[in-house]
Amino acid sequence: MNGAGRRPARARRFAISQEWLLALAIVALLVVVGLVNPRFVATRNLQTILLGNAYVAVAAIGMSMVIVSGNIDISVGSLIGVLATVSGTLAVAGWPVVLAWLVPVVLGAAVMAAQGALVAFLGIPSIVVTLGMLSILKGGLISATGGVWISNLPDGYHLAQWSLFGVVPVPVAVMVVLTAAAAWWMRNTGAGRSLYALGGNAEAARLCGIGRARTVMMVFAIHGTFAGLAAVLFATQLSVIQSTVPPNLELTVITAAVVGGVSILGGTGTVVGSTLAAVLIAAIGSSLIFISISPFWLRAVQGALILATVLADMWRRRRRGLIR
Amino acid sequence: MTAWPLKLPAHEAVLAAILVLALALLAVLSDRFFTLDNLLNQGLLMTEVGLIAMPMTFVIITGGIDLSVGSALGMCAILLGYSWHNWGFPLPLAIGFALAAGAAGGFVNGWVITRLGVPPLIMTIATLALYRGLAEGISQAHSVRNYPPWFAALGQGTLFGVPAQLWVLVVAIVLFGVVLARTTFGRALRAIGHSETAARFSGLPVDRIKLAVYTASGFMAGLAAWIFVSRVGTTRSDMGMGVELDVIAAVVLGGTSIFGGTGTIVGTVLGLALIQLLKDGLSLTGVKGDATIVVIGTVLILSILVSNFAERRRESGRMPPAPAPRPTTEKGRNEP
Repeated sequence: MNGAGRRPARARRFAISQEWLLALAIVALLVVVGLVNPRFVATRNLQTILLGNAYVAVAAIGMSMVIVSGNIDISVGSLIGVLATVSGTLAVAGWPVVLAWLVPVVLGAAVMAAQGALVAFLGIPSIVVTLGMLSILKGGLISATGGVWISNLPDGYHLAQWSLFGVVPVPVAVMVVLTAAAAWWMRNTGAGRSLYALGGNAEAARLCGIGRARTVMMVFAIHGTFAGLAAVLFATQLSVIQSTVPPNLELTVITAAVVGGVSILGGTGTVVGSTLAAVLIAAIGSSLIFISISPFWLRAVQGALILATVLADMWRRRRRGLIR
Repeated sequence: MTAWPLKLPAHEAVLAAILVLALALLAVLSDRFFTLDNLLNQGLLMTEVGLIAMPMTFVIITGGIDLSVGSALGMCAILLGYSWHNWGFPLPLAIGFALAAGAAGGFVNGWVITRLGVPPLIMTIATLALYRGLAEGISQAHSVRNYPPWFAALGQGTLFGVPAQLWVLVVAIVLFGVVLARTTFGRALRAIGHSETAARFSGLPVDRIKLAVYTASGFMAGLAAWIFVSRVGTTRSDMGMGVELDVIAAVVLGGTSIFGGTGTIVGTVLGLALIQLLKDGLSLTGVKGDATIVVIGTVLILSILVSNFAERRRESGRMPPAPAPRPTTEKGRNEP
């Protein structure tokens, strides 16, 4: 931990600049693409972008926490696919809508807690556990449902039909509130700080009395809760739920977390950044259409964006002397 | 049962026993299974995964990982098809171009990982997105077909009665196996995996070795792409999606420690064979393809659980359970 003495002030300034950078990038994108094609900045399109991607941002909150603690989860896309199917199935089967919203959240927390237990108590690396779980969930979902489409969802099921103050759709409000709550929790509570401690230096965290196993369990359970909420936001914006795994969703979620400034080496990063990054990625995806670039380039853009952020992060760390 | 008098047999022996059991079981369950045709066909189907699993064993032994191999396969397949069909390359040149692109893709991974110190997991997640994105962007999701007949030789032809690509796999297995078990390069890989710092202080060219290993990983993905395209006679941008899961599962199932330091090519080959048998056996007994990936995922987690458990058993007698990562000053495991 060289440079520990001057780290807090600099780290804070850096964190702010990362988030402002993303906010600036969003504004710049809106302005530039808006000039080329004004329909891009129409309220309706902006609402569509935010509504259609609030679930990515919510999933990225949990993913950020997992990465900050020095772990990774690549099963989140499959889990969201499974939970969305569960939610839709329950709603169509006539369960109260509230339960169709709640059960996936509880289930998500349980599945992730189980994965967390494998990582925390049996010492299996999170990459292996979640890689295995990815195929279990994905294969399990398709073979259990046969990829059947779930339609005729009940009226009260769709969250987006309600708006706050007439302009902010409920899913977007949920995204904002969850981001704010998670940011506050990570910054101001002991449990939240313990994630940074564990990701920054596991041995130092242990000597400070932060149990690794307990913290890892906790972060995976919270991540599962957010994955459940994301699944509900995802499912309730669809008129037909395809009971398959959304392709490469885990990649998009990890991209949002990494581009949002969550350090690849663990220990730093905020969820405000990851939410802004999720919005930026969604806006880039939408803008490709408005400036007539084939959407098939979207994933290449995503990959380049992660790469650029990671390289910038390494460069800054090296300049601050945090690594050799 | 407090005492554990017998030393656990080598991981490979256990795997081989399971493999024989599975063979016997499947032979009893289905009369179509234990035929030369079916077995050769299964070998053919595992060639692409097998080729990529060879360098992946090296990568994981050094303590790294390469998640981008499936995407690299897709990118190489698209570059092969597109450079031939749309850019007018002669087909042999297109093949060379695809192989070079694969090696370049692996080199980029290795270069960033060694020179800039980006963790392999994150770097290869980035290129997992990037290479697949390039495949999709370049091809615009169009496929390429109508390859000349001679191109099918590698993927559909036979040599001495055995599918042609199986010979390639056999050569690769022997080559990688000998390098790992019999050369200083192979020992250096294990040394890096045990303790990179110690390897550096011992004067090993750690960065150059890792760079070579990741480049080999990309190159083999290119080779697998060539064989894949030749086998199915068409090029699509979603080729090789999820192959990284099969490859890593085979390597880890084969006893290569995900923490680095130990592993053998024999183990990887046994892991490959076991997974392919599982897939084939399950489909012959009427289980659908999607359910088989459930089995692979379960087997992956279980195999790590078992080997972790065995490792703890072996180490528990010698040192107090420490929550810190495994000691880097002492070799706490048996060399093969």
